[in-house]
Amino acid sequence: MRAVSEADSSIMFGEDGLLNELLVERFNYCVYVVLLLIGLYAMIAKNNLIKKLIGMSIFQTAIILFYVSIGVKEGGTIPIYVAEHDPHGNHAEHAAHPEEANATEGSEENATTATASHEADHGHHAPRSLTDEETSGYANPLPHVLMLTAIVVGVATLGVALALTQRIYRAYGTIEEDAVLAAILAEDAATVIPDVLSTKPKRAKAKSRKAKQA
Amino acid sequence: MVAEPTVVNDVRPLIAVLTPMVAVVAIAWSGEKRKNLREIFTLLAGLVQASVVLSLTPLVLAGNVVEFHVWQIFTNVPMLLRVDGFGLIFAAVASVLWIATSLYAIGYMRGLHEHTQTRFYSFFGVSLCATMGVAFSANLLTIYFFYEMLSVSTYPLVTHMQDKEARKGGRTYLSYLLFTSLCLLLPALSWCYVWLDGGQGAMDFLAGNSMSEQFSGTTQIVLLLLFTFGFAKAGLMPFHSWLPNAMVAPTPVSALLHAVAVVKVGVFCVIRVYSDIFGIEVLQALDGEQIMVWIACATILISSLIALSQDNLKRRLAFSTIGQLGYVVLGATLATKQGMGGAVLHIAMHACGKITLFFCAGAILVASGKKYVSELRGLGRKMPFTMAAFLIGSLSVIGLPPLGGFVSKWYLVLGALDRDYVWVVVVLLVSSLLNVFYLLPVAVSAFFRTEDEKEGEGGIQEAPWQCVVPLSCTALGCFGLFLFSDVLLSLAGLAN
Amino acid sequence: MSENSIALIFAFPLFGAVLCALVGRKSRNLCHPIAVASLAGALWGGIETLRRVIASEANEVSYYFGGWNADAYPRGVGIEFRADYLGTLIMLVVVGVAFLVAIYSKLPVAEETPEKEGSFYTLFLLQVTGLAGICLTGDAFNLYVLIEVAALTGYGLIAMGSARAAAATFNYVILGTIGASFYLLGVGYVYMKTGTLNMVGIQEVITADGLADSAAMQVAFVFICLGVLIKMAFFPFHAWLPNAYFHAPTATSSLLAPLVTKVMIYVMIRMTLTVFGVDFSFENTLWTEVIPWLVVIAIVCAATMALAQRDVKKMLTYLIVAEVGYMVGGIWVYNYYGFIGSIFHVISDACMTLCLFLGVGIILRKRKTTHFDGLRGLFRKMPFTMGGFFVGGFSIIGLPPTCGFFSKWYLITGGMLAERWEYMVALMFSTMVMVVLFFRLIERIHLAVTESGENIGHGHGDLALPDSETFFDEAHWTMLVPLLLSASVVLVIGIFNQDIVNLIQDFLEPFDLPKGTDR
Repeated sequence: MRAVSEADSSIMFGEDGLLNELLVERFNYCVYVVLLLIGLYAMIAKNNLIKKLIGMSIFQTAIILFYVSIGVKEGGTIPIYVAEHDPHGNHAEHAAHPEEANATEGSEENATTATASHEADHGHHAPRSLTDEETSGYANPLPHVLMLTAIVVGVATLGVALALTQRIYRAYGTIEEDAVLAAILAEDAATVIPDVLSTKPKRAKAKSRKAKQA
Repeated sequence: MVAEPTVVNDVRPLIAVLTPMVAVVAIAWSGEKRKNLREIFTLLAGLVQASVVLSLTPLVLAGNVVEFHVWQIFTNVPMLLRVDGFGLIFAAVASVLWIATSLYAIGYMRGLHEHTQTRFYSFFGVSLCATMGVAFSANLLTIYFFYEMLSVSTYPLVTHMQDKEARKGGRTYLSYLLFTSLCLLLPALSWCYVWLDGGQGAMDFLAGNSMSEQFSGTTQIVLLLLFTFGFAKAGLMPFHSWLPNAMVAPTPVSALLHAVAVVKVGVFCVIRVYSDIFGIEVLQALDGEQIMVWIACATILISSLIALSQDNLKRRLAFSTIGQLGYVVLGATLATKQGMGGAVLHIAMHACGKITLFFCAGAILVASGKKYVSELRGLGRKMPFTMAAFLIGSLSVIGLPPLGGFVSKWYLVLGALDRDYVWVVVVLLVSSLLNVFYLLPVAVSAFFRTEDEKEGEGGIQEAPWQCVVPLSCTALGCFGLFLFSDVLLSLAGLAN
Repeated sequence: MSENSIALIFAFPLFGAVLCALVGRKSRNLCHPIAVASLAGALWGGIETLRRVIASEANEVSYYFGGWNADAYPRGVGIEFRADYLGTLIMLVVVGVAFLVAIYSKLPVAEETPEKEGSFYTLFLLQVTGLAGICLTGDAFNLYVLIEVAALTGYGLIAMGSARAAAATFNYVILGTIGASFYLLGVGYVYMKTGTLNMVGIQEVITADGLADSAAMQVAFVFICLGVLIKMAFFPFHAWLPNAYFHAPTATSSLLAPLVTKVMIYVMIRMTLTVFGVDFSFENTLWTEVIPWLVVIAIVCAATMALAQRDVKKMLTYLIVAEVGYMVGGIWVYNYYGFIGSIFHVISDACMTLCLFLGVGIILRKRKTTHFDGLRGLFRKMPFTMGGFFVGGFSIIGLPPTCGFFSKWYLITGGMLAERWEYMVALMFSTMVMVVLFFRLIERIHLAVTESGENIGHGHGDLALPDSETFFDEAHWTMLVPLLLSASVVLVIGIFNQDIVNLIQDFLEPFDLPKGTDR
């Protein structure tokens, strides 16, 4: 197999080759997949509870990165009205723009319709739909907005999980998962079911039911 | 079954079904503190129910069908109560015998100082409500509802003694009954619901169901098997073991199980399916329908043989019942008018005969504490009424005139000959002979053999009157059924 | 007021939660009435919404938060809450169950989590907000947010119990986050290809642009389904559920057990029917072939594991896993009656699970344990409680006229029509197992026999109990009344099942699912 033909190698290395398609064109996806898997691995395979939580954070971050990366637009500026599109400013063009009723790719949250007469009557300018050429200059804010929510959720989850870890540490003295499991098994083995039904006089029994009485 | 009977709307079927439930509330309220009031409620409920049922007889004899619509279960399937000839026979038998059983139970339970009698009488009432519901069901879904209700409500009765034998008996009882109904019956029901009558799912017992047009022969056989074994209360082998194991129950319960409620519900459901879902013409045209006849005959013969070997009186009677139920199913499988009619008649005749036998077994237990056939020698001296009744009941079950059992067996033979099944007639004769061998020696040895002179002392020591009166009445009832068999015959559609 | 009924379903519990948080520090006894009152308000809102949906022409009512309604703005600009029959029925179940549990929770919360009533009821009300929101939202990302709201409050509610509960919750956090994040990932792919997050809008774009064959959409579907399967504890992703619900405090498990997994089933139905559409979900993917077999394994394994338990509460948690299998199977046999069965089973399973867990809570309070050894003689001591409990038990077995029978009927019919015999066999097998499970319970309560089969007591019904256990000593009314109400609901839903099924059928009509009756 000494001579590899041009055609064969280009499947992998050429312009349309696999590596190009995979790593170069879809680089962002590769990154997030790798992060996702690292996070997943940590959550499952790591023994230390804090490391699991770090894995959980990485896992959620991967998804956040994914969303953010799909919102990228080359040459796009921040989604705040540029001077000429601003309906409130002096450079605004009144009422001459046709109303775009359809949601375009990456639709903006500030795209609404308002009647021209409404604008003229009250003197304040409601938001209006921008045409496709106008919007092509703005980056899509929606993924970022969604991810703000996701970050908040992630933070809250992390907070809850850390509080739980503290609780586990206080109860079992360890945050290594296998040690916690061992302690739980020992506790289960030592558990005595309260003997409510016995007609015999009660003797003092070692009631290690602290699980139920915590 | 009957072509285009006139439908009469009447609330009496509902009253008959609900009376026991009302009584249950009253019984539970009376409790242990007002024992006599509690027993009065039970007897009163039985009397009311029986009179309501019997009051429907003139209407049904005139060719009408009494209906009452309870509730719309699905859009096209109502919970409908309908009283026709078959249902009326069964309901009448059940309600009249309940009165007898209640009186008997009072004597039995008090005689043995049994525990938790209130619970006993309450679940008795619930079981009778379910039985009446089965008798009056107008379609498959309604009958299924009451069938399951009966399984569950008889469990506390079977496990009344609450000891390890009760546990074992209860487990066998429930597993056989519930597993068969959930795994065999329910799929068959769904199948019919979905595909019978073009998916309209009426599952009605009155309509002319087009089973043969819609289902292939194999499907029909499969459905037939599913239905027959799904109604495991009919006691067909191999799903019969629940019956002997349920003998751990107190004797009134066994009398109830064997004569009135559970087993008769099972065979009644089988007859309904055979005659009203499939229909006589469909069954006769069906290839492979003889399988069912063979299964029924096998059940009859094997159970009679096993009964011969049983020393425990109640177990012997249990296996005898399995055989007699086989007769009823045989009548249904013969798929002739006389076979079906004979089957329904046998429900009534066997009920009366068998309940007498069980009452006697219980009376023997209360009076002398004896459970085994071998111990019963010479008992006729001390318990003449009981053993006389036992003799009469045995003769009825064997099928000798002038007792009721003869009439039903006669029609079964006619039904078999109608289909040219001579071998079935042979089976019937052989099993009757076996019946003689396992039933008659009990009564005969009680009267004519006095081996232990010590046993013969003390004069008559019968069971309490509340036990003896019912069993005498049912024994006389065996004669009565023979004398009034023409009423039963016309209800069963066999009138000339 | 009534136009905003959908918003009121959230407003009441949300403000109630805030009130509980504020008031809970100072006077703990006020929290319970606040919770009950706000859930009563939510229940009113739910009933009003159902009335409006029934009265509406298109059998649905839309509500856009913030006034971004469909006349003025394109679909998907605002967040839409669409109440159609499916969502409204399940939302009603959620709010109704929560209301009953709120009444019930007075004593358990005071005893099991003393000093913490404020936090408990705050989380309780927020949980209900989240669950009810899931049922009504019409926006895919909003669904994620509400799933996480429900999940986070759930974590808190469970972990309020013992330290063992905290350990179980940790597992739940890990798995729950994986599930929700997979869902989020799927939504990301969907957004990428369709550009909208509104559920109906997504469906419109899929059909308009012919995205059925797109690899990204297929991946999205896989991730969304996987995430939802993890969150609903579908075997083998169920590992978090038994421990979490078993160690949770009574009021928590009574709230979460009936609702959380069922709401996730709703999410799956919503995703397959409304968002991705019947053609995409069922015709184009291999899942219709594969999932019924997974369902069979799930049902059989869950039922078998339930058999192995020696504790009632633990056994019930495994039954939840088996019931989830039923419902997922009902969806994926891809049949009209299967779907009816699945949706009706969501409603009926919520009610019967509620019934069972309420009963178990009462048993725990009286006998201090839910182990099988501690159950003897309960029929005599608490006949009404046991009556209610066994109504739930018979419903799970599927005895008529409880609602469990009817949902099983539709599921069996659906499996039969779709010719999925393996699903039917699994249903039969698990029904038998459930018969054994519940009658084993009845045996232990009713009989005087040891595990090994020896008689206890002196025969004649002597259960060998101390005197205190033979006297009638029913539960407190705040616990008994909700139990009896839920038992009656189980019966009522069964008796009037056709009315509910009619609504479900109205919902399913437009989707044109195969009925299989033409043979």
